[in-house]
Amino acid sequence: MLAKRIIPCLDVKDGRVVKGVNFVNLRDAGDPVELAAIYDREGADELVFLDISASVEGRATMVDVVRRTAGEITIPFTVGGGISAVEDMKRLLRAGADKIGINTAAIRNPDLITDGSRTFGAQCIVVAIDAKFNAEWGEWEVFTHGGRNSTGIRALEWAKEAERRGAGEILLTSMDADGTKDGFDVALTKAVSSSVGIPVIASGGAGNAQHFADVFAEGQADAALAASIFHYKEVTVQEVKQTLRGKGVNVR
Amino acid sequence: MIAIIDYGMGNLHSVSKAVERLGCEARVTSDPREILAADGAILPGVGAFGDAMANLRETGLVDTVKEYAASGKPFLGICLGMQLLFTESEEHGVHQGLDLLPGRVVRFQGDYKVPHMGWNELTFKQESPLFEGVEPGHVYFVHSYHALPERESDLLAVTDYCQPVTAIVGRGSVYGMQFHPEKSGDLGMALLRKFTDMASGRIEGFEV
Repeated sequence: MLAKRIIPCLDVKDGRVVKGVNFVNLRDAGDPVELAAIYDREGADELVFLDISASVEGRATMVDVVRRTAGEITIPFTVGGGISAVEDMKRLLRAGADKIGINTAAIRNPDLITDGSRTFGAQCIVVAIDAKFNAEWGEWEVFTHGGRNSTGIRALEWAKEAERRGAGEILLTSMDADGTKDGFDVALTKAVSSSVGIPVIASGGAGNAQHFADVFAEGQADAALAASIFHYKEVTVQEVKQTLRGKGVNVR
Repeated sequence: MIAIIDYGMGNLHSVSKAVERLGCEARVTSDPREILAADGAILPGVGAFGDAMANLRETGLVDTVKEYAASGKPFLGICLGMQLLFTESEEHGVHQGLDLLPGRVVRFQGDYKVPHMGWNELTFKQESPLFEGVEPGHVYFVHSYHALPERESDLLAVTDYCQPVTAIVGRGSVYGMQFHPEKSGDLGMALLRKFTDMASGRIEGFEV
């Protein structure tokens, strides 16, 4: 049986790991390659690097981080952030990334999903969706630019379109839960996971090990992602897995 | 030296780094002479079956791979590289494979998520020099098509994804792994080490 995956996420700016609360107030938390190797040893199933560099130099640095990370770790990793062309994907995949995460660029140009999937295979293309509950609609809306800009797009529709266009996986971040540490958005995760036939990674809101158990059991997530609780050692990947095992969730 | 066959498909860097971490020299190459001279050869691969075969043909490497496989030196196909070992695949139309192992590659079909993506547990089906001293556990899979070997004797290990799924195949010195050993933690590295040990003659029956 397929194990549920625990995925630490590292926000990287100009080659250094940072993590913001609600995407602002960044704090420096170290060297990405070193952190990646630590998470590999601690039993993380996968890693996500989110490149939040604003400059061309910062993005070039990311390719180097990817290359060095690929030489150090024995688990797969995804790179996202600022990728807007098939050429960008190629550069990162050649440097050793296993998957590419696309978010705003995919909304601007949905063909990027199709082209990336056709060129590199569906398994390489992770469509990241930042969603926030829209009370008027009674369902979730897609946001971009770290949750600042609304798009008028329904998250469930967008997830289905991403799948149709060849995405291999959805990385679903709840803008309502992100930074709260009150738990993942179980309702959102369940709604998306049950409407697509590709794996869904739940993200945003992890505060303790029980939250992971909830999003797997009730949210039907295939994987769960967290950043600050792992970086600041509030809980380790191993502790999360122990809790999950105790509740009968299949983990590695 | 282990040749990592470069035919324009997929992530060669990770495979080559993993081999180097095991203390072996790895050379990413598309030169037939260099490949044929290697102690072991790895055929990696990510992408579509038809494209991969077309690339192998265009780079003139189909004969090289077949000659290598017949040489008795250890040969390993990884992921799509494993699927290419079979007779044919139904990925986007029917495509002929290398036909080193009889069997077909078919799409996952059913009420479950595709790709089969993530960590799944191996069950060893028979003894193999790859498995000596190795405990089965989780390895990392990512694929939407899976291989159905014709001969049970070629099926060395399976995993379970709503059905038994081919995970490791082998016949003589030709091996294939559907998962990514270079991305599968300690167990992946242990299995890869068995392969590099065969190549360097550290495992009996494989003096090269």
